[in-house]
Amino acid sequence: MQTVLAWGFGVLAVVCALLVFRLDSMARVTFALLASFLFVAFEVLLLGLNYLGVVLVLMTVMEMVIMAVFMVMYMMNPAGLVPMAMYHNRAGAMAVSVGTFCLLAAGTLLVDWPERVGRPVSDPTAELGAELMSSQMPTMMTLGMVLFAAILATVTLSMPRGRYDRFGGSPRGRPTDPVPGGLGPTTVSPGERR
Amino acid sequence: MTPEPFLLTASALFATGLYGALSQQSIVMLMMGLELMIAGVVLAAAAFHHLVNPEASEGQVLVLVTVTAMAVEMAVGFAVVTALFRARDVDTSDQAADLRG
Amino acid sequence: MRGGGSPVLETPLWWPAVLPVALGGFACGAVAFDSVLSARAGGTSSGRELLTPLRETVRSLVTQRRGTRAADTVLWRVGVAAVPVAALLAALVLPLGKYVVADPDVGIVWFNAAEILGWAAVWAAGWGANSVFSLVGGYRFVAQGLCYELPHMFALIAVATAAGTLRVGEVVEAQRNVWFVAWMPVAFVVYLISAAAMAFRAPFGAPVGTDLAGGAATELSGVDRLLFLAGRWLLFVVALAFSVPLFLGGGQGPLLPPWLWSVVKTAGVVTCVVWLSRRFPTVRVDRFAEFSWTVLLPASLLQVLVVSVMVLIR
Repeated sequence: MQTVLAWGFGVLAVVCALLVFRLDSMARVTFALLASFLFVAFEVLLLGLNYLGVVLVLMTVMEMVIMAVFMVMYMMNPAGLVPMAMYHNRAGAMAVSVGTFCLLAAGTLLVDWPERVGRPVSDPTAELGAELMSSQMPTMMTLGMVLFAAILATVTLSMPRGRYDRFGGSPRGRPTDPVPGGLGPTTVSPGERR
Repeated sequence: MTPEPFLLTASALFATGLYGALSQQSIVMLMMGLELMIAGVVLAAAAFHHLVNPEASEGQVLVLVTVTAMAVEMAVGFAVVTALFRARDVDTSDQAADLRG
Repeated sequence: MRGGGSPVLETPLWWPAVLPVALGGFACGAVAFDSVLSARAGGTSSGRELLTPLRETVRSLVTQRRGTRAADTVLWRVGVAAVPVAALLAALVLPLGKYVVADPDVGIVWFNAAEILGWAAVWAAGWGANSVFSLVGGYRFVAQGLCYELPHMFALIAVATAAGTLRVGEVVEAQRNVWFVAWMPVAFVVYLISAAAMAFRAPFGAPVGTDLAGGAATELSGVDRLLFLAGRWLLFVVALAFSVPLFLGGGQGPLLPPWLWSVVKTAGVVTCVVWLSRRFPTVRVDRFAEFSWTVLLPASLLQVLVVSVMVLIR
């Protein structure tokens, strides 16, 4: 039963992944990617990793909704009403990816996988937490720093108006923004800033 | 359970993502390819953890790290696209090839 | 958390059939109460408002479904249907007294993931109609969800930290002596505020606001409209009902049976929040976003810190 489910979810995940590059509508593309991730999450749940599976669902849904906003923002044809293609070097890309798949699949099928060592623990969630808070503490701290750096980098890169645009000379009181939240045109032109 | 369904799915996701990352011009679509590749890695790591050595919880930590990489990749990627688009009105990788060696 | 089922909760075979009915009852009650308050505020109270849920349901069912040009029908229908589905998925781990459909070891995370599903659903419903107002409504909800999801999550984390488990049954069990609302009042308040925001109920109703001619629900008609609006009330009721096992000791209480205690507490919470939410005006989305980032998020983080320290010195 579990093997059947594993194959089923796997096939669905791959079909949705292929749809990502076949559909015209950017909104549908995003939701196809979401569906693919959800099937991956189901596979992870099938592997008994309840916490990681549910967190994957939670995270990918949030991520894809935000992704959808950006897709509609940047793609020229978000609704796919006028089909268009934006590719470069399709043949090469296809060759490389088919080659990669053949290599990985050959490895999967031909390599003699080792026998399983040990048995699944009764509570993988607690196991993961204990591991992260003890011997893997450096990993956890690195992840924290990476996420913090990502927040800073993201805000810095995407904020058009800097401190002098918003506050003028003295950074006190409420900023003067044409659009609240720090949006709106800059007084310093991009050329000068560079 | 056998590892084949999980590993073959992971390989197929990775290869599909690679195709997208290589062939798409738009940076947003390219990032979707990268996300798919990372999803493949997540699945493979989870499968190896469960089917080869479920007592070693480092496997779960690896999955967690990969999931974090996925989130960071997307956030920073979109910020870069936003900055690029604002500065140059560009959203394709071909037009942002200044650093090509 | 150690294997097997939970110690306090059970799943009778008939429960999965009763749960949606119970939730529907709560939702209808909330709608009726809300419309009574509305009529009273307008000075036209006549008692007929109590039938609003029934009247609106029948009206939606007999209305013909309208369409729009070049609509993305697939995403539209999926999005609309996913709103009540998300609420029901979240309700799977919602215990009412001793009864629960499922009590998995990651119940709290599951609940949050199901709530987030409603987020994608509303965006898809807003996008699918190919209408400006409904798309703007969808975008508003994405922004609002993003802002209120984090405080919501930290409120849940505070509970999980105090109980030392993610299993809802054990969270209830951990409140045998002291309810968590006494331990962490800030998390409770943050939870209720963000629950209203996640279900885009007043005063967080901007995604379906009248300034957008109905926002994400503008183009919905007939059975679609019914599903969407009923799903929204269900999300609201489920999120509020979940505060009972999280903060108010679940079915614990003297004399009455556990399920009745749960019903009483849930009804109390829903009544209070519906009444209170009418006391506040709907403010622009960006103001609410700022409130979330600068007030709710620091407050909930501090609450998590306090709870963690208390767990350590307990």
